[in-house]
Amino acid sequence: MLEFAVELFSDYTARTILLGAASLGVVSGVVGSYAVLRKQSLVGDVMSHAALPGIVLAFLIMGVKEQLPIFIGAALSAVLAVFLINLVTSNSRIKTDSAMGMALSVFFGLGLVLLTYAQKMPDANQAGLDKFLFGQAEALVEKDVLVIGLTGVFALLVVGVFWKEFKLLCFDPDFGGTMGFSMKSLDLLVTAVIVSAIVIGLQTVGVVLMSSLLIAPAVAARQWTGSMGSMVILAASVAVVSAVTGVALSSGLENVPTGPAVIVCVSIIAFFSVLFSPNGFFTLKFKDARSRREIRKDYVLKALHDLALEHNDPGYAHSERLLALGSEKGFNVRESLSQLQAAGYVERVGEENWRLTPSGILEIRELSPLEKSG
Amino acid sequence: MSPHQFDIQLVAIIVAASCAIPGAFLVLRRMSMMTDAISHSILLGIILAFFLVGDLSSPILIIGAAASGVLAVSLIEAVNRARLVKKDASIGIVFPFLFSVAVILLSRYARNVHIDTHSVLLGEIAFAPFDRLILSGMDLGPKSAYVMGSILLLNLLFISFFYKELKVSTFDENFASSIGFRPRLIHYLLMAVVSLTCVGAFDAVGSILVIALIVIPPCCAYLLTDSLFRMILLSVVFGISAAVSGFWVANWLDVNIAGSMAFVCGMLFLVVFLLAPQRGLFGIMREKRKQRIDFAEASLLVSLYNQEIGESVKNHPDSRGMFRSADFASKVVEFLKQKGEIAVAGGGLFLTEKGRERARITVEGR
Repeated sequence: MLEFAVELFSDYTARTILLGAASLGVVSGVVGSYAVLRKQSLVGDVMSHAALPGIVLAFLIMGVKEQLPIFIGAALSAVLAVFLINLVTSNSRIKTDSAMGMALSVFFGLGLVLLTYAQKMPDANQAGLDKFLFGQAEALVEKDVLVIGLTGVFALLVVGVFWKEFKLLCFDPDFGGTMGFSMKSLDLLVTAVIVSAIVIGLQTVGVVLMSSLLIAPAVAARQWTGSMGSMVILAASVAVVSAVTGVALSSGLENVPTGPAVIVCVSIIAFFSVLFSPNGFFTLKFKDARSRREIRKDYVLKALHDLALEHNDPGYAHSERLLALGSEKGFNVRESLSQLQAAGYVERVGEENWRLTPSGILEIRELSPLEKSG
Repeated sequence: MSPHQFDIQLVAIIVAASCAIPGAFLVLRRMSMMTDAISHSILLGIILAFFLVGDLSSPILIIGAAASGVLAVSLIEAVNRARLVKKDASIGIVFPFLFSVAVILLSRYARNVHIDTHSVLLGEIAFAPFDRLILSGMDLGPKSAYVMGSILLLNLLFISFFYKELKVSTFDENFASSIGFRPRLIHYLLMAVVSLTCVGAFDAVGSILVIALIVIPPCCAYLLTDSLFRMILLSVVFGISAAVSGFWVANWLDVNIAGSMAFVCGMLFLVVFLLAPQRGLFGIMREKRKQRIDFAEASLLVSLYNQEIGESVKNHPDSRGMFRSADFASKVVEFLKQKGEIAVAGGGLFLTEKGRERARITVEGR
């Protein structure tokens, strides 16, 4: 494996491919953050699928597999899909999700129809057109990487120049509107940037999975930070790491298409973040369990205190069963009692009676200072 | 029509009908993109089950694969429970992962078997007639017609048994749980039915184009009716007609059948979207135009009426001035003249008896 890595980095072609993958990663990480924050993750999915007919049409019209016409064709058909979604949702009672499902499947269907049509053509030029489905990074040449890089620089420049405005668009478009920014044109601009990111990923990752390289890094990054700047940087790093790893894996192993390899890498990072980040699924579960435990302990302490006050003696002992009686069901009083015992707040008297220690009495009075002891 | 073509269409019709039935509920529940997730995710189930069973049409495989669809749905809901992941993003990270794993397994370990990455995307309904059900030497037709037929039957049974529950929980989930239906259970049953349908349809139309057959026919129907029952019925009709005409289009152009079906579905929706009597784009535009002209007519009449009875005369020596363009004003005047509600004399406008009555009703409300 190491040998393979060394070979990969020293080889000129391999370096070109990895450079392409890395620049793709930077762009999709940055741009994807906007798609995710604007709750447009699935729009990305639709756009990348919808690029297929544009790609094939560009090829059919131009007759060659030139990068630029294919980029333009892909971008145009992706934008057309978004336009149609907006047209349908704003002029009928069809909801966005249905409109997206329709646009995705119809455009993709048309793409496949055109693809099978192109593949019937006699000359062998169209070979490799179906690499756009799942991506084939190995086919990248220097010129492709250059186009990827230039488009990427354009996208990043737009994001840099409109940083503040895009932030408004994501978090408070109404406020942005009152500030005098045209939210409609900003929306268009963000869409354009997302489309350009999708387009440059088509060759490496493919139409079917490209949207995931936009979404997953941003989702992962969002789990770890609440600041836009660090989210964008983190997302870009996640995407670069996964794109490079995925490309390396797919060229190192036989019969592994690049797109799926990249997406598996990026998904693993995303799932890990969703589960284990400070706001993640397990972390929240853990925090939840801990605060429940604390609340139960306080509850038992207070119950013991209240009962003892009935006897005008804060240190009066009561049985565990009596404590359990007043509590909600499914609540293990013994467990809370032993935790309190470990903290030195209660002590055991006889078989199953418990009473507050002096430090327990202090603790409960601190917890509810307003209650005066009898 | 050759028997071969007949068989393909038979399978296509059954697939389209069984997709349209649960599709109607998905569209109404705003869960169309869940189909996207399910149809991608089942591929992993299909492949894992295939590695275990080794037979693509075994019922175990179908059930195992359908289970993976339901699993994907619950995975999406689990991810969604993390505080910082929105619904759309949780769909968007779960299914590409499952799909990617499936594609890698497929391209690496299953290259020589019946399925490959192409049939995943393109479907292979064209081969449906070759795999036949033969019982004691009798040829009973294509096997996939029977497999898909059972799924169709199951879908029909499902909606007839749970029609009330589905209907109530689709339109008012809170009410459904308050009267003791269990919307969560219904939700998962529906997801199971959708998964099963996707698995069945996978052979015929591949894993992405099944979305077209599930989502588009109900959307067409949704623009034409307000009754759930009629919507389901219409969805089935639309689905079947798109499938059959899609087949003939593919046949004519010699292209992929599944892609052509999806495309025809789209064109069908386009026609309905433009021409639906009340909810179509043209219908809405006509309605809007009618309202605008009605309003303009009434405004002009009321203005003249007010002048007659001596109110607010000074600001409107000629009421035509209130319209945004002279063009529009003369159009409105023309309409009113045709209806006989105003008369033109010496360049000025006058109310006729009929026009005065309409203006009076507009002002006084009776």
